[in-house]
Amino acid sequence: MPATETTPTVRKTALNAVHRQMGAKMVDFNGWDMPVEYPASIGCGIINEHMAVRTGVGIFDVSHMGDIRLAGREALAAVQHISMNDAAKLSIGQAQYSALLYPQGTFVDDVIVHRLGEDEYLLVINAGTREKDFNWVRDNTRQFDCAVENLSDDFTQIAIQGPKGVDVLQKLTDSNLAAVKFYWVTRGTICGLKNILIARTGYTAEDGFEIYIPADEATSIRVWNELLNVGKEFGLVPCGLGARNTLRLEGKLPLYGHEISDTINVWEAGLDRFCKMEKPEFIGREALEKARAASVKRTLIGLEMIDRGIARDGYRVLDDSGREMGYVTSGSLAPFLRKNIALAYVPPEFSNIGATVKVEIRGQGVAAKVVPTPFYKRPKKS
Amino acid sequence: MAYPTDRKYTKQHEWVQVIGQQAAVGITDYAQQSLGDIVFVELPKAGTDLTAGKPLGTVESVKAVSDVYSPVSGTVSEINGELATAPEKVNQDPYGSWMLKMTLKNPGEIGDLLSAAAYEQFVAEEGGH
Repeated sequence: MPATETTPTVRKTALNAVHRQMGAKMVDFNGWDMPVEYPASIGCGIINEHMAVRTGVGIFDVSHMGDIRLAGREALAAVQHISMNDAAKLSIGQAQYSALLYPQGTFVDDVIVHRLGEDEYLLVINAGTREKDFNWVRDNTRQFDCAVENLSDDFTQIAIQGPKGVDVLQKLTDSNLAAVKFYWVTRGTICGLKNILIARTGYTAEDGFEIYIPADEATSIRVWNELLNVGKEFGLVPCGLGARNTLRLEGKLPLYGHEISDTINVWEAGLDRFCKMEKPEFIGREALEKARAASVKRTLIGLEMIDRGIARDGYRVLDDSGREMGYVTSGSLAPFLRKNIALAYVPPEFSNIGATVKVEIRGQGVAAKVVPTPFYKRPKKS
Repeated sequence: MAYPTDRKYTKQHEWVQVIGQQAAVGITDYAQQSLGDIVFVELPKAGTDLTAGKPLGTVESVKAVSDVYSPVSGTVSEINGELATAPEKVNQDPYGSWMLKMTLKNPGEIGDLLSAAAYEQFVAEEGGH
């Protein structure tokens, strides 16, 4: 064992004590002690939490997410070099979904890029890849006149998600939230805290906000409790990572280590529309150009189970003759759709909508059909 | 929650209630709470032979897949078909929601199982970990 190896310690967000006090079931998620669901005795549980976000509002502690700030004269050039979407299209106060790629066109991570100022960008990254991402961003932007800062420990990040999220948050801020469009950010006072970053973003396939407040425990707990308090009249519930996962799965939002990873490329993952090949240069572009010409060997599809059974991550996908031809990346009961759904990688010839395949569940081939994705799309406001 | 004293328990969190040569099997309140929202129950067909300590079926919550072990040996006489369409009954009423009934092969096995008091103590210790 190398001498430098350290004992892994479980990390905690500033709201950890609150989750425990509320009786949340806690799990180790990528080294973080996080709530997976809150108890049935307070009206929670994954299904209730999921439904609250689809029809009302729920709040999530997502402080385990990481944050990298790039600022300086060449910040845009740096962001353009390390991410696949076109950050030049961002106005100040606008955000976009993007990804950091390896030279082979596979994923370091997916990110939300926020343009906070003329030469200032904030990348919000996944918990499990925080250190890897920061090192990678720092190492690949050295040639630019741009400071790279890891702000991951500076914020408590709370997501207020659901159609009534705007009503709840509006009670605690002087900002006019109605004027903030989806995937835009503003700054405002929240619970008396000045200049708080408020983004209309999320990971639930629903309308909602993510706020970035100071990470000290007293402030974090105060804001969390204020949200619970003003949210009462809207039926707000606290939500854990369990509901976060089923919500994002219904919306086909990728999860690192499942739909995207360092062995899956952009074309396979079907994230073409966030990858701007018209940009002359970014890490991974050259390999993607070649991969596109060669056509993909596997593609991400949506499955709906026909027969009884739930496809789970890692289960094998079989053709009619029982031959293995793919695998499930994420699968669950979809609480809002009330169907058993899954995402899976299969060769393109099996990806036609309506085609039937089998998912191997405890040794049995259980019938499923290929369906359009996303499984769930939030209703457009009239 | 009270642990009904009219039945026996296992360390894998099943309960078994014996009436004559028949035994009904389900999972405990502790088990359903640990699993969370139960969305799928898979049970063997009537006529299947079960062995004490071996899996008899599966319960799935949104998040997890979990085996259910047969507390005793016997032959399945009846399964609770209601759980196919309403698996949430196991959350709502764990001690009323029997999963299957079986004809006991060796009634003496019952003596090896935990009493309500012993199971309660076991859960208290396990919960303290």
